[in-house]
Amino acid sequence: MLKTFKIGGIHPEENKISAASSIEVMPIPSEVKIPLAQHIGKPAQPIVAVGDVVKVGQLIAKADGFVSANVHSSVSGKVTKIEDFIDGNGYKKSAIVIAVEGDEWDDSINRTSDIVNDIKLSPSDIISKIGEMGLVGMGGATFPTHVKLSVPPGKKCEFLIINGVECEPYLTSDHRLMLEHGEEVMIGIKILMTALSVDKAIIGIENNKPDAIKHLTELSSKYAGITVQPLKLKYPQGGEKQLIDACTGRQIPSGKLPIDVGAVVQNVGTAYAVYEAIQKNKPLIERIVCVTGKPLQKPSNLLVRVGTSVKEAINYAGGIPEDCGKVIGGGPMMGRAFTHLDVPVTKGTSGILVMNKKESQRPEVANCIRCAKCVGVCPMGLEPYLISKLSGKSMWDEAQEHRIMDCIECGSCNFTCPSNRPLLDYIRLGKNKVGAILRAKAAEAKCAADAKK
Amino acid sequence: MDKLTIAPSPHVHGHDSVKRNMYGVLIALAPALAASLWFFGLSALWVILTSVLSCVVFEYLIQKFLFKTTPTISDGSAAVTGLILSFNLPSNLPLWIVIIGALFAIGVCKMTFGGLGQNIVNPAIAGRVFLLVSFPAQMTSWPIPQAADGATGATPLGLLKAGQLDALPSSNDLLMGAVGGSLGEVSAIALLIGFVIMLSMRVITWHIPVSVIATMAIFASFFYYGIGDVQYASPLFHILTGGALLGAIFMATDYVTSPMTHEGMLIYGCGIGLLTMLIRMFGSYPEGMSFAILIMNIVTPLINKYTQPKRFGAK
Repeated sequence: MLKTFKIGGIHPEENKISAASSIEVMPIPSEVKIPLAQHIGKPAQPIVAVGDVVKVGQLIAKADGFVSANVHSSVSGKVTKIEDFIDGNGYKKSAIVIAVEGDEWDDSINRTSDIVNDIKLSPSDIISKIGEMGLVGMGGATFPTHVKLSVPPGKKCEFLIINGVECEPYLTSDHRLMLEHGEEVMIGIKILMTALSVDKAIIGIENNKPDAIKHLTELSSKYAGITVQPLKLKYPQGGEKQLIDACTGRQIPSGKLPIDVGAVVQNVGTAYAVYEAIQKNKPLIERIVCVTGKPLQKPSNLLVRVGTSVKEAINYAGGIPEDCGKVIGGGPMMGRAFTHLDVPVTKGTSGILVMNKKESQRPEVANCIRCAKCVGVCPMGLEPYLISKLSGKSMWDEAQEHRIMDCIECGSCNFTCPSNRPLLDYIRLGKNKVGAILRAKAAEAKCAADAKK
Repeated sequence: MDKLTIAPSPHVHGHDSVKRNMYGVLIALAPALAASLWFFGLSALWVILTSVLSCVVFEYLIQKFLFKTTPTISDGSAAVTGLILSFNLPSNLPLWIVIIGALFAIGVCKMTFGGLGQNIVNPAIAGRVFLLVSFPAQMTSWPIPQAADGATGATPLGLLKAGQLDALPSSNDLLMGAVGGSLGEVSAIALLIGFVIMLSMRVITWHIPVSVIATMAIFASFFYYGIGDVQYASPLFHILTGGALLGAIFMATDYVTSPMTHEGMLIYGCGIGLLTMLIRMFGSYPEGMSFAILIMNIVTPLINKYTQPKRFGAK
């Protein structure tokens, strides 16, 4: 039976134009630029110096602190620079630049395509090895996986939910992964279940991917505890909160985490990376990137080494079109527009979307006609017209009362607004401001409490 | 390749627009327009054209010369106001009165508050009520449908108010529209077709029209069947007369002046249904739809304040 989340949602044009293209291995570039921060949290600390020779899979930067992730070399060659660069969002970031020489892999990595079934490690060993291998959430949020798998004391995980929804229009990398590496994904899920000590895993897949649903359902008969849950097509079903609601009927209360309703969510891409890390000893050094867009000649799903430039990936998919207006890292609903293309593909780059000039323009803004369509589509049950207005008028307390911090920034309100109002722009601004106010208040309260002691 | 365009997400839009919604309303009003021409002939056409044109022209002039902004008449909202205003007028109304109504609707009720999206009450209804209290004689002379000599008669609700139960038209006439009344309100069938068009185009949701009509039906049933007093007429009669359908489907659903949440819409719709029936049964006017909507328009901000959508994760 098809399930879906209960509140709001939209139906953007799917445009999955690369769905039929098999995963292609992209040739290794002549130089890679591997950022030290490809995850949420503190950047990793480099442990190599300029001039060092590195192998594929060698640790080149160590996680710094609890919420941080190791970084490994994705190529073999010589470290030429450790320098700052301007990333796709316009921020300054540090990266290790390596000039590629050959393709020499670290000996510990099993490079065969044999399927390794037996899970030998204990739960705590699995989690620490996942940490060592530098795994992060592959859906785009890039939260370090080992942190997410460490269930806090007092909480109990009842379900592992695997996100195979890929609700963003255009993107097809998860779809291809499920079709071509289903077996590995299933073993990866088993490993995650062992790590979490749960006996129940649900893979949520939307019904626009019937082949993936069929394939994984067939495979799941061999793996006890794993079920495939077909979901009714609706955006943003891939949002963590919406997916848990769709699969289990449980809604995470405001300000709480998935584990508070007994769930841990991982992406199918992460499950695959877990398989490779645990069974094949392979760190996270490459990923499937969906390079797509209507003006592209050859929309593709590419297996790309981390650090490869976005420009080269686009060139491989037919070249940057004449009419290119906007290039987005991720999907069209939540992805970020790149400021320039000399930026590297990172662990979190699920897609590169090229839009033509016409598509890149926002439609003209008109007066709000109070049609309430934004209220109807908000998957968090908020009033986007109101919180965006409060935000625009700097009414932070009122915005907070109307639950501005619950917004997941899915963009459904903007998408639906007949007046093309930039609702989410204002809501983001408000979330930043309200978040800062809340943090300042918390710090103040902490200071006062400390002073009392 | 030139420079890249940068903007925050989302990078795609659903292609809905104010224009699409307003033209959707115009398309949905077309069956009722055709019915009014069929029943009231060319005189209806002149009233409609005058109303639509003067609404559009007044909006243009005010935006251009008073606001000194680029006129937005192409969004269709002024045309919708004009068309709905004309649907609330008798087909024999002198055209200069129509123009005054349009000026009040657009000039006073819409533009004074800042134009599209800013008005407190529905401009078309306010225009109609303004004319009703200013020109009571002209506004309550109803031509008999398809009468060649321009003869006038009473509306079904007028007959009911006067206690002439025997003279009430059949349900069939009410459904098709061969009865006296404002030029757009008479044909229930045409209005219902419009309802289906608007629902299928997702211009409106069902909440307001259904709650208005359901409340009216329940209220009328209580007196007709419950108390058993035929003086109050049957629920079906009430729903098919006096612009109940025109009001519930096209006027109460005006985006700007109706609540923002589904729960709020239901409260608002029930309020309109209830007030309409109270005015019809116990007030001095034979019909109350316009007044009921106007009153609930004013209550809308209060409804918005006290109704919120069901938040994700709320118990």
